[in-house]
Amino acid sequence: MIDALTLSAIPESAEVLRPAVRAFLAEALAGRPTDRLARSWMGFDAEFSRTLAARGWVGLTLPPQYGGGGKDAFHRFVLAEELLALGAPVSAHWIADRQSGPLILKYGSSAQKDFFLPKICAADVFFCIGMSEPQSGSDLAGLRTRAVRSPDGWVLKGQKLWTTNAHRAQYMIALVRTSGSPEDRHAGLSQMIVDLSLPGITVRTIGDLAGDAHFNEVFFDDVRLPADALVGEEGAGWAQVTAELAFERSGPERIYGSIVLFDAWLAHLRSLERASDADVMLVGRLMAHLAPLREMSLALTARLAAGASPVIEAALVKDLGTEFEQALPNLLADALYADPEAAPPEMLLRTLHYVLQVCPSFSLRGGTREILRGVIARGLGLR
Amino acid sequence: MDALLVESFERLLQGACNPATVREVERTGDAAALWATVEASGYLDLLVPDEGGAGLREAFALWLACGAHTLPVPLAQTMWARAVLGSQAGAGAIAIAPTVRRQSDGSLHCPGVPFGAVARSLMLHTPDDGPRCVPLSTAGVQRSGVHGSLQAHIVLPALPADASKLHDGVDLQAAGALITATLMAGALQRLLAMTLQYANDRAQFGKPIGKFQAVQQQLAVLAEQAFAARMAAELGCAETGVMPQRLRAAVAKARAAEATEKAVAIAHAVHGAIGVTAEFDLQLVTRRLQEWRGDHGSASFWHAQLGRALLDQRGTPTLPFLLDTLLPAAAAR
Repeated sequence: MIDALTLSAIPESAEVLRPAVRAFLAEALAGRPTDRLARSWMGFDAEFSRTLAARGWVGLTLPPQYGGGGKDAFHRFVLAEELLALGAPVSAHWIADRQSGPLILKYGSSAQKDFFLPKICAADVFFCIGMSEPQSGSDLAGLRTRAVRSPDGWVLKGQKLWTTNAHRAQYMIALVRTSGSPEDRHAGLSQMIVDLSLPGITVRTIGDLAGDAHFNEVFFDDVRLPADALVGEEGAGWAQVTAELAFERSGPERIYGSIVLFDAWLAHLRSLERASDADVMLVGRLMAHLAPLREMSLALTARLAAGASPVIEAALVKDLGTEFEQALPNLLADALYADPEAAPPEMLLRTLHYVLQVCPSFSLRGGTREILRGVIARGLGLR
Repeated sequence: MDALLVESFERLLQGACNPATVREVERTGDAAALWATVEASGYLDLLVPDEGGAGLREAFALWLACGAHTLPVPLAQTMWARAVLGSQAGAGAIAIAPTVRRQSDGSLHCPGVPFGAVARSLMLHTPDDGPRCVPLSTAGVQRSGVHGSLQAHIVLPALPADASKLHDGVDLQAAGALITATLMAGALQRLLAMTLQYANDRAQFGKPIGKFQAVQQQLAVLAEQAFAARMAAELGCAETGVMPQRLRAAVAKARAAEATEKAVAIAHAVHGAIGVTAEFDLQLVTRRLQEWRGDHGSASFWHAQLGRALLDQRGTPTLPFLLDTLLPAAAAR
């Protein structure tokens, strides 16, 4: 049975970070149009990431000896909450900060830690995650990309697909098969740190329906990897990825993804002589969902901070969170056109339509809705 | 809350209130025997300041248990009322009136009082005299007529002379909503447990129906709704004292009501025909949940309250409103 997520508190030591972040963002994001801000953790701005890094806000949870902040998960929660609610363009460093850095810290060799972690903390290098393949999406364990041992390391052959930021990241952490065959499922998988500048790698960008280009297909044509490309234990890739997904799925990014749009709508409603009763109720309805969601997300962070890996609870919160993030633009799409005579500001409509266009992806990336509900069902003892 | 205290409370409810008890109280409207056990247990005074001064934070787990056991008496309401009334509190179950109308003849009409059929006293917000608690000895109490419901239409010929006066600031509407929301969160946990059990027990096509993906996906949604409602109730109850904060009560009640709509539909769908029989216990949970959705304001009522509060804080974006106004301070968690 799933443990109930209980109300948790952010320690004062972490809460003190908030005003500084808020003040910084008020200045750094001033004047940016809301349809850009709405991209938030899908918005790539390397310069912005380096500005954050200069303040110590990248790699906040990594140890100081590697240039990190040495802070706990609560600090990261506060930082992430402020960044995401304001739509800061954090995509460049986000994956390294949230997943790759902690993964290397936990499973990497000391040489890997010494090499990568300081660069991550400085936002000098960015990471992408190579999981999906053409024949292996939700069925991740069926992946076919293979690394074979060679005298001086590994030879990598295969293809990844839907890899966010592969065209602008320096490294990929790829889940690949190092022994056995797809029929062996979870056994025989390993994680490799792939330098994307190596010969034999081709990255082809795929445009999305909103006019952006963030994901890619990546081809590995007998790429020669050094022996130390392997991160963690050979054959333990599945367990490592599962632990990593608890990080990916539990963050506040699964809650605040549509809040820039919501805030733009609030500003519009406040500018009207009188908001309609239906609009007032819709504002309240969305808040009644957001408040417990935020507390559930914080409760996950408390579990992470206590050293647990709340895989099942994270799936539950992510599914609820993305449902909220997707409902919000759809409800606003009705509310904003409820009166054909009204003419909402163009920027608000542009923001709405951007979120409407991309929101189907919210419940695809990081595990589809159906996969997450399967994970929850396992937690309920049904599988 | 002390885990041992919660455990012994659970045991008390288990012993005093089985499904047969619930059906009997619903049939007869007589809860005297059950109430005597509750009264003798000492739990009713848990929130009274002199008795150690537990707050809503501590009451939360006990109220969840009341909901999970479909307790057919207003134990949670009485526990709260005793804390507010202090030494003025009399014996017997106390209900909270969601609404009061003064008629031209001076009588006070309170329609749809939850647990009104089994209460001895009533807390009500009178139109002229503010919040009061009155004995129901001279009141007309008529059950709602909804099958199994313990709601009653209560008529007071006049405000009795021995009515206890409460602080003007006591928000009976918020308290009623929060208590109801917490009972609902408890009932939703029970609903989840019952439905999981049934999905594991019932076999079709040669295997338990819980092995079918279509059913698993539905049960995952039921679990999500139950846990979201629980968190909403917990944040509503995040008070060191006994006075609820109105906007947090709004979140609790609105979220529980929305969760109920989905959860009840799924629970009944998974149970099939047996779930709508009088004999099977599922209906004890789902009938209550559906009735509680409306008690002390539906989701729509509380949505409007919340929406107005946020829109009125001009210039305040969502996150600062959430952190500074809506969510409980760290000290109350």
